[in-house]
Amino acid sequence: MKYLRIAGQFAVIVALFLAVSSFANWPTYRQFPQGSTVVLLTFVHSADRKAECRQLTAQEIEKLPPNMRRVQSCPRNRRPIYVEMDLGGRPIFRKNLPPSGIASDGPSRVYQRFIVPAGKYEVAVRMRDTPRTEGFDHMRTDTVTLVPDQTFVVDYSSERSDFVFH
Amino acid sequence: MIGAVRYVLRRGFELIERPFDRLFGPALNPLAQLGALGFFFFWIVAVSGIYLFIFFDTGIERAYESVENISHYHWFHAGVMRSLHRYASDLMIVMVAAHLLRQFAYDQYRGVRWFSWLTGLPMIWMLYAAGVTGYWLVWDRLAQYVALTSSELLDRLPIFGEPIARNFIATGTLTSRFFSLMVFMHIAVPLILLFIMWVHILRISRPKINPPRALAVMSLIAMVGVALWNPALSQGHVDLAKAPAGVGLDWFFLPIFPLTDIWGRGGVWLFLAAFSLIIGVMPWLPPFRRASAAAVDLEHCNGCARCAEDCPYEAIRIVNRTDNLPFLTQAQVNSSLCTSCGICVGSCPSSTPFRRTEELKTGIDLPDFPLKELRARTVEVGKALEGPARVMVFACEHGGGRKLKGAVQMPCVAMAPPSLFDYVLSQDLADGVVIVGCAESACYARLGVEWTKQRIAGARDPYLRARVPRERIATVWASALATGKVTAEIAAFKTKIAALPRKKLRSPAPPTAVQPGDGQPVPAESAP
Repeated sequence: MKYLRIAGQFAVIVALFLAVSSFANWPTYRQFPQGSTVVLLTFVHSADRKAECRQLTAQEIEKLPPNMRRVQSCPRNRRPIYVEMDLGGRPIFRKNLPPSGIASDGPSRVYQRFIVPAGKYEVAVRMRDTPRTEGFDHMRTDTVTLVPDQTFVVDYSSERSDFVFH
Repeated sequence: MIGAVRYVLRRGFELIERPFDRLFGPALNPLAQLGALGFFFFWIVAVSGIYLFIFFDTGIERAYESVENISHYHWFHAGVMRSLHRYASDLMIVMVAAHLLRQFAYDQYRGVRWFSWLTGLPMIWMLYAAGVTGYWLVWDRLAQYVALTSSELLDRLPIFGEPIARNFIATGTLTSRFFSLMVFMHIAVPLILLFIMWVHILRISRPKINPPRALAVMSLIAMVGVALWNPALSQGHVDLAKAPAGVGLDWFFLPIFPLTDIWGRGGVWLFLAAFSLIIGVMPWLPPFRRASAAAVDLEHCNGCARCAEDCPYEAIRIVNRTDNLPFLTQAQVNSSLCTSCGICVGSCPSSTPFRRTEELKTGIDLPDFPLKELRARTVEVGKALEGPARVMVFACEHGGGRKLKGAVQMPCVAMAPPSLFDYVLSQDLADGVVIVGCAESACYARLGVEWTKQRIAGARDPYLRARVPRERIATVWASALATGKVTAEIAAFKTKIAALPRKKLRSPAPPTAVQPGDGQPVPAESAP
C-alpha cells in the first residue's frame, strides 16, 4: 500500500512535469499568415538643425555671463524628416518623423513593419530632410521579388546618403 | 467583487487540494509547498546553468553550435542539464503563479503580510527577465523571435536613442559585444532575483525554502525522466534575412509576446503596468482588517522566549529587560509585523485559565480579544452545553468551524493555551473538546495547526498535561469551505464521547465560574 501510494505520488508529479515540458515549445505560434513576407522600414537619420548658426552682436555677448560668452548662437533642435514609401504603387507610409530627445536635437527614427503577401513589388521610398517643402532630397525605387517569410529591410545609410535595400 | 473572485479561486484550490492531501498527505502536499518548490527549482536552474556555462560559447558566431553540441554530442549529461535548466525555469513560473493565486485565494496577502506580497512583484519581473535573456543565448529561430519582439517592446519606451531592434534587421548588424551583454544579463538578473527572494522571506519566521526531502527527490527524478524523454532542443539557426514566422513558443515565459500582435506594444506595456499596479495595491484594498497588535505585560513576562519561538511572522524579539523584575530578558512586539493571530498568547506559560488573580492576565495578550475574554467565552459556552455528550468546540475563525454556532471562536486555535482544554474538562464545562482549525496544508496563521498538534502531543512547550484524557480531545483540520466535514466529525466525536464512561478527572482547585465579559473568576458556589 505504501509503495502504491508513492507510485501514485510519483505519477502525479511526472504528469505535471510532462505537461509543463509540452507547453515549453508547443503549440507553435505563427506571427503572420503563411505565404506572407515582412517589409521593414527602419532607419535612424538626423535632419539639419532648424536654424543656422548666427553671429551674436556685441550687445548680446555683453549680456551673457562672463563664463558663458560665445560669438555664435547655434540652436540645437532639428527639423523633422518627412518620409514616404509606396509598395506596388500603393502608398503604405507617409509620416513626419520628429527629432528624438528632450531638446529635440536627436536623430529621427523609424521602425515600421508591414506584412504583405509574397510576390513581385515595386518599392519606392522618398525622404525630405532639408527645409524644402516640395520634392525630396533622397529617393530610391526598385522592383523586388519577396519570397515567403523573408524580411525585406528598407534602410538609410547616412554615409552613402542613400537608401539601402537588404 | 474581489471577495467573489477569491471565493471562486478558493473553491478551485480546495477541489485540487483535497485529493492531493489524500494522496500526498498534508506534509508532502505540493500545493502546500509552492514557495519551497519555487526555491528548489531555482537551485536546479542555477546549478544546471553553471554546468551549461562550461560548454557554452558566449561569442555570437559559436553560440548556436555550442548549444547544439550540448544537446547532441553531450546529450547524456549537458543535454540533460539543458532540459533541466529549461523545465525547472518553467516549473518555477508555475510555482510562482500558483503561489500568488493561492495566497490571494486564502486571503494571506493583506495587513502586515503586504511585505511578502509586494516583494513578490519584482520577483516576477526578474524571473521573466531572466527567462527572456536566456532564450536569446541559444541563438536559434526562437531566440531571433524573442530578441526581435522583446527589443521592439523595449523600443516602445522612450529610453533608447536608437531602436534596439535594429540590431536584428540583417546579418552582421549584431555584434558579439551586444551578445556578451545578454550573457552578462542572464547571469546578473538571476542574482538580483535571488536577492529579492531572500528579501521576500525576511519577515517570515521559519520560512519553508526547502521542500520535504521525499518530494524533492521525486521531483528531481521525474524531471530527469522528462528531460530524457522530451529533451529541450533548438529550433534551427538564426537567419536574420528571414522572419521567424512560426516558432514553438514557451508559453510559460513568453505568453506576452503574441499579445504584441493583438494589442500592439503600447497595449502590452499598459497591460503589464496595470497588472503590476493591481498586484501592488491589492494589500491595501478594502475590506481592510487590522486588529491591534499583541501587547506584552511585563509584570507577567519572564522573558522565556516561547512567544518569539512560536510567532510565525518574526514579530516578537527578546530584548534586555527594561523594568526592575529579576529577569534578564523580556518580549517585545513589533506591531508592524504582528498579524494578531494570538499564537503567542497560547505559547505563554502565564496563559493559564486556572490562575486565580483578580483579573486574568498573561505575559502577552491580544488587546482586542484578551485571554480573560477567551476564558469568559469558554465558560459561557460551557454553561450552555447540555445532553449526555457535551462537546466544547474551539474554532479558528479562518477554518471550517468559523460559522459554527456555539463554538468558541478565536483568530487561530493555537491562541488557546493547552491548559484551556485541561480547564474545560477538569472544571466539567464539557465532556469533550474539539479543536477545529484550518486545513493542515493551508493554515491561515502558517504555523497554528502545527504548534497545536505538537502541544497536544506533548512535543512542544507549553504541553497539554498528561492527566488530560486524550480520548476526550479531538482535532479537525478543515478549510473554511469544508463545513460538512467539520459537522460530521463533531457528530462522530459526540457519539464517541457518549459511549465513554463518565470522566473522573477533577482539578485540585475548586470549580470557578466567570461571567461573560467581566473576566473576574469567582467561586462557583457564589455565582448567581
